[in-house]
Amino acid sequence: MGQGSESDEDPDAGASEAAAPAEHATLYDVPLSAGAGQVVLHPSIDQYVDTVRAMKADGYVSVIDLCGVDYLTHGGRSLPAGVIAERFEVVVNLIAHTPVRRARLRLQVPESDPVVPTLFDLFPGVEAMEREAFDMFGVVFDNHPDPTRILMPHDWDGHPLRKDFRVGSVPVQFKGAAAPR
Amino acid sequence: MTLLEQSASADRDARALAERVFRRGDDSAVIRISEADAAMVETLDVDPMNDEPMIVNMGPVHPSTHGVLRLVLEMQGEQVLRSKPVIGYLHTGMEKTGEQLSYLQGGTNVTRMDYASPLFNELVFSLATEELLGIEVPPRAQWIRTMMCELNRISSHMLFQATNGMDVGAVSMMLYGNRLREETLRILEKITGLRMNHNYIRPGGVAVDLHDGWRDDIAGLLDLLPPLIDEFDDLLTGQPIFRERLQGVGAINVEECLALGVTGPILRGSGYAWDLRRDMPYLNYDEVDFDVIVGTYGDCFDRYAVRLNEARESIKIVQQCMEKMPTGDYRLQDKKVTPPPRARIDESMEALIHHFKIFTEGFKVPEGEVYVGIESPRGELGCYMVSDGGAHPYRMHIRAPSFVNLQTMPHMMQDAIVADVVAIISSVDPVLGEVDR
Repeated sequence: MGQGSESDEDPDAGASEAAAPAEHATLYDVPLSAGAGQVVLHPSIDQYVDTVRAMKADGYVSVIDLCGVDYLTHGGRSLPAGVIAERFEVVVNLIAHTPVRRARLRLQVPESDPVVPTLFDLFPGVEAMEREAFDMFGVVFDNHPDPTRILMPHDWDGHPLRKDFRVGSVPVQFKGAAAPR
Repeated sequence: MTLLEQSASADRDARALAERVFRRGDDSAVIRISEADAAMVETLDVDPMNDEPMIVNMGPVHPSTHGVLRLVLEMQGEQVLRSKPVIGYLHTGMEKTGEQLSYLQGGTNVTRMDYASPLFNELVFSLATEELLGIEVPPRAQWIRTMMCELNRISSHMLFQATNGMDVGAVSMMLYGNRLREETLRILEKITGLRMNHNYIRPGGVAVDLHDGWRDDIAGLLDLLPPLIDEFDDLLTGQPIFRERLQGVGAINVEECLALGVTGPILRGSGYAWDLRRDMPYLNYDEVDFDVIVGTYGDCFDRYAVRLNEARESIKIVQQCMEKMPTGDYRLQDKKVTPPPRARIDESMEALIHHFKIFTEGFKVPEGEVYVGIESPRGELGCYMVSDGGAHPYRMHIRAPSFVNLQTMPHMMQDAIVADVVAIISSVDPVLGEVDR
């Protein structure tokens, strides 16, 4: 509904959807999964910056959104063949204005080495979003100009949106209340 | 600085300005020191007579910061050299909370993010859920959503007129702007039951149908608004003091906006006609006639004018929604998604069980992930939702326009004076509830 007009106007998406075995579809040499009018690319960490650079040259003018996802307790997700599922994902939404289309990058980030290159040099607008992803998930953005926490206090321990975050470990105390239950 | 150097710096073209955004290090507009270091600055031994730049912490509790925004300003006398917005003072972990609530309860959570335009938050959450479910809501629900969102846009822009006027010294605007906002909220209250945080737009449609006599209520509002909005033109648009405070202040160009991911009135104010309602239509925006308002110079005055005229366009859209409002269901009658009609519960055991199940367990949403973007009064409001097939979102991320738009502040503020900082914060129109979530 929201993105209904997109697949009509995006020649790349239309072509890849027509190519029947969707597992082998690629765009910018990156595995592609397209469905419900949404174009989703799955680059590796090495391909990541080059893919975004190619997309920028191709008319994607803005990074609209960048966020992390922790798939620790997820039952299993469908990924194109050749993409190895890791615990974390960094999801980047880009938009192109002529022709109007959106694309999404899903980047698999391993738990053992959660380091991703920054997109700051291509799209400086990701600065705050990458700080948020670091703050909430502990994904480190290599070469980021300001790799500090953005929402949590600077001396906070842990990354709250991780699925194994110790929710409730800080007792909530109200002024004048006798004691925690 | 010699006259030649001055004119050279005045001649910086748009591209050089845009390149400034990309810079790291000392010549960037952003001062990248940590919030803790910035807080320590007050204890430093600074000689006030020496002409070195100093760090000033503005906020988080300052009446002009629209909540709890803190700005770290590097000042040379009265002039801002570099700055950095520091946020997080209102962070309540709403995205984490969203993972604990079912899809039906999620609306109560997201509606509190951007508390000046709650219906948009509910809409984007519902659209994302519906996209994952693969359901289509009935036409009447679509039209009600369109109309309610535009009423909410009017109330949000009227709040901007109130606060923007007050921030730059037109204090009576606080009353004039808030009056129109309250008139609009009164209609929203009559339809949804609440002034704010409505939880009205829900997955599958809307919570209740429009009440009897809604046409008269809204027609009364639409008669009331235009002359009062025209009054703003007399009070503000032509007023020399007001123009002096805003014109040429906080200018930002299209390249900078796009590089920073900025959307909404800031991007349109700099002269770039990008509006998701027109360019990627959702709901019924492709069936109504309205203009996308753009500015020219991208300064605070253009952003003021864009918002004022957008309210006028919204009035046009609401009028068309009233004309085209179809009859029919206000929500999907799909037992998987929506509760049974209230009257059925008294007479049918199955309806009672159904009602109970849907409010305790919620409904399951197929596994998948989706991003939906809509045009909120502040820019593109997006929802990225991941489902693992259960009754709660596995991950619910809201792309908050204010969060991204805040990044323009250091670039607008560079070389401005402190009094302009207040005008610039106001013209970005951030809602801190949405920034921190």
